[in-house]
Amino acid sequence: MEKRPLRSVPDPAELGSRAIDNLRFIRETMERASSFTAVPGWGGAVMGVSALTAAGISTKAKSADEWLGIWLAEAFLAVAIGAWTITAKARRFGIPLFAGPARRFLLTLSPPLAAGALTTLALQRAGQTALLPGIWLLLYGTAVVAGGAFSVRIVPVMGIGFMLLGAICLFCPPSWGTAFLAAGFGVLQIVFGVLIARRYGG
Amino acid sequence: MARSLAEKSHAPKPGAAGPPARKALPDLDRVIHERVRLAIVSTLAVNEKLSFNELKGLLGTTDGNLSVHARKLEEAGYLACAKSFEGRLPKTEYRLTAEGKRAFEKYVAHLAALVGRGRIR
Repeated sequence: MEKRPLRSVPDPAELGSRAIDNLRFIRETMERASSFTAVPGWGGAVMGVSALTAAGISTKAKSADEWLGIWLAEAFLAVAIGAWTITAKARRFGIPLFAGPARRFLLTLSPPLAAGALTTLALQRAGQTALLPGIWLLLYGTAVVAGGAFSVRIVPVMGIGFMLLGAICLFCPPSWGTAFLAAGFGVLQIVFGVLIARRYGG
Repeated sequence: MARSLAEKSHAPKPGAAGPPARKALPDLDRVIHERVRLAIVSTLAVNEKLSFNELKGLLGTTDGNLSVHARKLEEAGYLACAKSFEGRLPKTEYRLTAEGKRAFEKYVAHLAALVGRGRIR
């Protein structure tokens, strides 16, 4: 290396390792620019705890409407926790929320959730609230799988977990519904929330 | 005099900014090769268009740094920049031109070829 004249071609092995380094930089930059990383870990865990609480309270409900009221309140609470913790995490990492991957994540997350809200209203009017737990889990899972396409890999995996749980729930006795909700929105959400928090910075 | 001395004793080329490990890749597109510009192009390769602030947020760079390097890319014809107003605030939006996309693909292909030639591991 020392004696080499100025215009010589550098050592190919060295060149290759620099090229690898550069390719890695490009790949990482593209990944960062195309996946939404501010998914709330601890926020998800808190949502899970609130869902377990709601499950506990809802077992004492005296009517189907009262049961539904408790879960709707829990849904609003969970959305508020989610929105707040996503915003906080995005701000902490300096990630824009309404551009690029974050925007795509939120836009794909929303339609299945809107479908869930509408289905809830229709089933309540038809007096079919026993079907709700399975449908909620299935549609929430769909939303997370879809949105997760623009996020870190663990997110769509979590969504698949919810979809499976929802699918099983739809074909189980209606009286198991609350237990399924506790298992999904409670336990599953907490487990993945903690995993995300540990691996992806909160 | 100083020049001939440098030629004799230093194999790694003197001058030129940037850490030494990043020099001496031959014939690579110099406009794209610089780190900040490479990051801008890589980011816009996966986002159709981004405003100045969005790009700044994604890259975690400063205003000055971003505008200097974005201008270099613009001058090379790799970046298209549209200026508009959002209310009273000026808004600058960037996107890659067709030429910019081609240049990026060529640059990546070039690196891949170098990796092949080096036969690393």
